[in-house]
Amino acid sequence: MTDFKKFTARRRREDRIFKVIGIACTLVGLLTLSVLLADLCWVGLKRIDWQFLTSFPSRFAERAGILSAWVGTLTVMFVTAVAAIPLGVAAGVYLEEYARKSWLTEIIELNIANLAGVPSIVYGLMALGLFVYQFQFGRSILSAGLTLAVLILPIVIVATRESLRSIPIIIREAAYSMGATKWQTVVHHLLPYSAGGIATGVIIALSRAIGETAPLVTIGALTFIAFLPPSPVTGTFPFVSFEWLKSPFTVLPIQMFNWTSRPTQDFHVNAAATGLILIVATLAMNTVAIIIRYRIRKRIKW
Amino acid sequence: MRRRRRRERPIEFLLFAAAFSSVAITAGIVFVLFTEASVFFKHISFKEFLTDRQWTPMFSDAHYGIMPLVAGTLVTTGVALAVALPLGTIVAIYLSEFAPHKLREILKPLLELLSAVPTIVYGYFAIAIVAPFLQKLIPNLPLFSMLSAGIVMGIMIVPYVSSLSEDAMGAVPMLLREGSYALGASKLGTALKVVCPAALSGIGAAYILGISRAIGETMIVAIAAGMQPNLTLNPMEPAATITAFIVQVSLGDLPHGSIGYQSIFAAGLTLFVMTLIFNIAGHIIRKKFREAY
Repeated sequence: MTDFKKFTARRRREDRIFKVIGIACTLVGLLTLSVLLADLCWVGLKRIDWQFLTSFPSRFAERAGILSAWVGTLTVMFVTAVAAIPLGVAAGVYLEEYARKSWLTEIIELNIANLAGVPSIVYGLMALGLFVYQFQFGRSILSAGLTLAVLILPIVIVATRESLRSIPIIIREAAYSMGATKWQTVVHHLLPYSAGGIATGVIIALSRAIGETAPLVTIGALTFIAFLPPSPVTGTFPFVSFEWLKSPFTVLPIQMFNWTSRPTQDFHVNAAATGLILIVATLAMNTVAIIIRYRIRKRIKW
Repeated sequence: MRRRRRRERPIEFLLFAAAFSSVAITAGIVFVLFTEASVFFKHISFKEFLTDRQWTPMFSDAHYGIMPLVAGTLVTTGVALAVALPLGTIVAIYLSEFAPHKLREILKPLLELLSAVPTIVYGYFAIAIVAPFLQKLIPNLPLFSMLSAGIVMGIMIVPYVSSLSEDAMGAVPMLLREGSYALGASKLGTALKVVCPAALSGIGAAYILGISRAIGETMIVAIAAGMQPNLTLNPMEPAATITAFIVQVSLGDLPHGSIGYQSIFAAGLTLFVMTLIFNIAGHIIRKKFREAY
C-alpha cells in the first residue's frame, strides 16, 4: 500500500511540475511581448511629438518625421480595403451559399487554403511582375494597395464563410418560404446577420496589411519621400482627382525598416517611435476585433 | 418567380467571378515566377543554380548557386523551430489540459497577439534588444547572426503552433480522457499518451504551418541575420536567406530585365516551391491521418 501511495504521489508531483513548466512557457511569450512594448515606449515614446508627425524624412535624425509615411499608410490601406472587402465578401458568399459541389469549387477551396500559406514576399514578386510592369501601374499607391489586397483576400474570404456558416439553415428556409430569392435572402438576412463576424475578419486582415513590409519592398517603395501625394479634391471641375493613386509611396513599416537598418543610434530612436505607433495600431485593431467577436458570441443565440 | 430568378443570373456570375479571382491570383503568381525565372535559366544552367557554392549576382564575377541562400533559410528556420515547437507544444498541452477554462479564455487571445505584431517590429526587437543581449552571453557572437534572428522568429511562431495544436487537443472527446483516468493514469500521463496521439494530425498540421511561416519570413532575417550569402550551417554566423536576398536586391536599383533582376524571381520560385511542398504535406496529413470519433 505504501508503494502505491508513493507511486501516486510521484505522479501528482509530475503533474504539478508540468503545470509550472506550462505556465513558464506561456509567460515566455507574454514576457517577450511586454519587454518589446516596454522597450519601444522607453526608447520611442518621447520622440513622438507634433514635429515627428508633421515632418518629412531627413538626413538628420532629430529633424526627421513620418508625415509621408503615415499618409502613405492611410492611402494604401484605403485602396486595400476598397479592393479586398467587396471581392472577399463576394467570394465568401459564392462559396458558402451558391457553389454546388463540383471539381471547380474544390479547386477554388484548395487554392484559397494554399494561398494563405504563400509567403508574403512571393506576393510582392507577383505584384512587381504583374501590377508594376505588366499592367503599367508603376511603383505607386495603387500597386501597393492592390498587392496588400491580394495578400489579405484569403483572410477575408475565410472570415466571411465562417460567419455565414454559423447562421442556422432555418433562417434561409424561412426567407425562401416567404418567396425571397437567393440574392434577397443574402442581402436582407445573411449579410446583416454575419456583418459582425465579417467585420472581425476584415479588421484582423487590415491589421496584418498595415504591418506588411516585405511585399512593398519588392514592388519598390521609396524610403525617402519628401512630398505628399496630390490631393483627391481639386479646385476645378470635376473636383475629384485620382492622380494620387499613381503617386510614389512610402508607408510606416518601410520607413521603420530604413531607420532600423542604419547603424547610428539616433535613427534607432526614430525606428522605435515608428514601431510603437505601428504596434499600438495593430494591437488596437486586434483588440477591437476580439471585443466584437466576444460580444457576438454573447448576444446571438439562435 | 422564374423571371426574378433569371434576373439574378448575372449576380451569381459576378459572385462566381469574385471567387474565381483567387485562382487567378495563384495563376498570376505562377505565371510571373515562371516567365521571369525561365529567362534567368536561359543564361544560367539548372546545374549551376543547384550546385555552385557561391551566390554573387551583384559582383562582376557573378556566381548563381542557390545553395548558400537555401542553407541560410534552413538554419534560421531550424533555430526558429527549436524555439517554437517545444514551447508551442507545451503551451498547447498546458492550455488544453491543465489551465482552468477562464484562464485559457484570457491567455489564448493574448498569446495570439504575438503573431499580430508586425514582423518589422520583431526585426527591430532582434537587432536592438535580443542580439546585444546574446552577445553578452556568448562572446564573439557577431551583431548580425542567424541565431538571434531565428530565436525571435521562433517566438513569433509560437502562437501558430500552440493555437492550432490546442484546437486539435480540444476536439479530442472527453470520453478518452475519462477512460484514461479510470485506469488510474495521471493528468500528465493522459495528456502525453492519450490526448496528444489522438490529436496528432492537428498537431502535425500546426507544426507544418510553423515551418512554412519560418521559411517565408522576411523582415526579421533581412534585418537581424545579415545580408551576406554565406554557405554555413553554423547559426552563430551571419548569412542571407532567400527572402533577405530578394529584399536586398529590391532595395537597390536594378534595371528591369537585367539578370540580377531576374535572379530574385529564380530565388522566389525556389521559395514558392519549398513552401508549396510543406503546404501540400500539411494538407495530406490533415486529410489522411484525421482521427474520426
